[in-house]
Amino acid sequence: MDELLKIEHLSVGITSTAGKVQAVRDVSFKLHPGEVLAIVGESGCGKSILCKSIMKLLPKSAKIEGGKIYANGVDITDYSDKDMQKLRGKLFSFVFQDPMTALNPTIPIGKQIAEAILIHEPKLPKEEVYNRVIALMELVGIRQPHERYKLYPYNFSGGMRQRSVMAIALAANPKILLADEPTTALDVTIQAQILDLLKEIQVKLGTATILVSHDLGVVARAADRVAIMYAGKIVEIGTAEEIYYDPRHPYTWGLMQSLPALNKGKAELKTIPGMPPTLIDPPVGDAFACRNEYALEIDYHEQPPMFQISDTHFAATWLLDPRAPKITPPIGGKANV
Amino acid sequence: MSDILLDVQHLSHVFKLSKHLRLNAVDDVSFQMKKGEIFGLVGESGSGKSTVARCIMNIYQPTAGKILYNDINVCDRREFQKHHKMLEERRQIIFQDSTSSLNQRMKVADIIAEPMHIHRIKPPRGRLRAEAEFQLSYVGLDASYLDKYPAELSGGQRQRVAIARALSMEPELLVADEPIASLDVSIQAQIINLFKHCNKEHGFSILFIAHDLSMVEYLCDRVGVMYHGKLVEVAPTAELFSNPQHPYTQALLSAIPIPDPIVERNRKRMDFDEMTFEREGALTEVAPDHFVLRKEDRQ
Ligand SMILES: Nc1ncnc2c1ncn2[C@@H]1O[C@H](COP(=O)(O)OP(=O)(O)OP(=O)(O)O)[C@@H](O)[C@H]1O
Ligand SMILES: Nc1ncnc2c1ncn2[C@@H]1O[C@H](COP(=O)(O)OP(=O)(O)OP(=O)(O)O)[C@@H](O)[C@H]1O
Ligand SMILES: [Mg+2]
Ligand SMILES: [Mg+2]
Repeated sequence: MDELLKIEHLSVGITSTAGKVQAVRDVSFKLHPGEVLAIVGESGCGKSILCKSIMKLLPKSAKIEGGKIYANGVDITDYSDKDMQKLRGKLFSFVFQDPMTALNPTIPIGKQIAEAILIHEPKLPKEEVYNRVIALMELVGIRQPHERYKLYPYNFSGGMRQRSVMAIALAANPKILLADEPTTALDVTIQAQILDLLKEIQVKLGTATILVSHDLGVVARAADRVAIMYAGKIVEIGTAEEIYYDPRHPYTWGLMQSLPALNKGKAELKTIPGMPPTLIDPPVGDAFACRNEYALEIDYHEQPPMFQISDTHFAATWLLDPRAPKITPPIGGKANV
Repeated sequence: MSDILLDVQHLSHVFKLSKHLRLNAVDDVSFQMKKGEIFGLVGESGSGKSTVARCIMNIYQPTAGKILYNDINVCDRREFQKHHKMLEERRQIIFQDSTSSLNQRMKVADIIAEPMHIHRIKPPRGRLRAEAEFQLSYVGLDASYLDKYPAELSGGQRQRVAIARALSMEPELLVADEPIASLDVSIQAQIINLFKHCNKEHGFSILFIAHDLSMVEYLCDRVGVMYHGKLVEVAPTAELFSNPQHPYTQALLSAIPIPDPIVERNRKRMDFDEMTFEREGALTEVAPDHFVLRKEDRQ
């Protein structure tokens, strides 16, 4: 077994006033030690709920309805909150989007990192805790850690705060880091620093990371593999090169074509027409069909399976069926770069 | 009437962090926005962009300087009171953190209709609910979201509710603080097209604050760059991106991520050393309409 995390046919439902939302539908993937897997997708397609279901941080109204989650080979699907407490921090850790809400404004940064260490090793002597905090601060690139130990979050810039959040997340040497839009709120120079840090940690500690991001530039910089999600499902997954240079799913084409870099000088940015389906009553066939200019008849009544393109590249679109008409993709098509 | 909509003059804002500690969040910032212009404000995290936005919207009272909106000094209490209703109607803001700016106990339909309700604006589509549905469709959400509460929405869905609410007022000035960062690229494109449409057809002026510089380059007419509370450079968009002068601007532009894995992984970016930053000086015109923060004696 060489995967740290294995998700098999995971489905999550949320009861709401309007009916049951099928936020995650039959999702499967594996995460290997030391890799960065990015999850990209439509707003509201279930990325955060997927992460929360792995961490067992789902809202009360949500429930895992099918499938399995294996961490380090152990089935944790039915773990209670109490069982999970032991895994959080050590096996899994989480970085939230907004660094300000993740930190307590009334406690000095150093002390907050120390607390994160003490949760997992309550008996560690004071001096050793201090040394560990300093080492963590250095690891995430906070210079002059001794001087900064006593400073409060408001004394830190946005980038420094996000580094502190990373230090807290890494306090117990987690094997798996789930980062939900960790750099969205940061300027591009700090963004790049945090991403490089993520890569460095991955090399130094062997941490595997799930990186949720909308920014295809950020993903290009940091990800080894990329999963594209639409309406609760993974519709395409592959190495970063495969997804950027040879995308196969029409939704992936639509995303790439919306980038301002590809629309310079045009009066309008290209968009994907229509709206995503509500997840309360997802359509029987391919959920993307009604927005897909390449949709086939079969898309409207049968969901496409995952077609294999290479050892690492899979996409769920009927266009890959041998019987489908051959079309020229509007973008990419640079296989084997 | 002049064609200047917004005139920010020597704006400063200081936060008192403790008895002894003060933070110059915004330090002597001046810029103007013409009617119908889209002005981008970019820069370092924590450089004071949101604080400028909040001063413009009368959420913070600036420590020094003044802000003229259609020649009304909005920092003057008496003048502000006198034009209060007009200012509240014509200026709208989309907050950076929409999660905390939406009333958690209200349904989406009521959140969107609230400003129209408060200002007793007759909804163009008859009923407030119909109007809310119409505005929602513009940001890519259908009627099924009208009866949801903010907690039942994803981050990006909440953000779009905040956008629909602000646009429903057809503002003369829209202050959009990181309006699209939490949206996927296709919906980002849709919102940006919508902003462009509102600007062209309805004459909205937009102050667009964002970290996504490729979107700023696409959308904005002029751009200002902030660093450590200072406006360090202002120029027409094409000029700024092709000919950045301030070392911080150069570092910032060199870090724009490129959506191409091989190029991006092997790219070098420039670093800007905080220690070399010169706070003193004034905005100096280096090319037509292109200003850079410089020490005066350096010319
Ligand atoms: N507490 C809840 N009750 C009901 N529905 C919910 C709840 N939380 C999320 N949802 C719905 O579940 C779906 C998935 O939400 P999720 O937060 O995972 O989206 P996301 O992919 O993270 O989107 P974004 O990119 O906008 O953050 C959305 O359509 C959302 O409306
Ligand atoms: N209410 C407040 N009290 C104290 N300090 C504050 C407050 N609001 C902001 N600050 C500080 O003022 C400075 C400017 O903050 P501001 O939010 O304006 O920056 P920004 O440019 O919008 O940053 P970002 O790009 O991260 O949103 C920061 O150092 C911030 O920590
Ligand atoms: Mg999310
Ligand atoms: Mg801000």
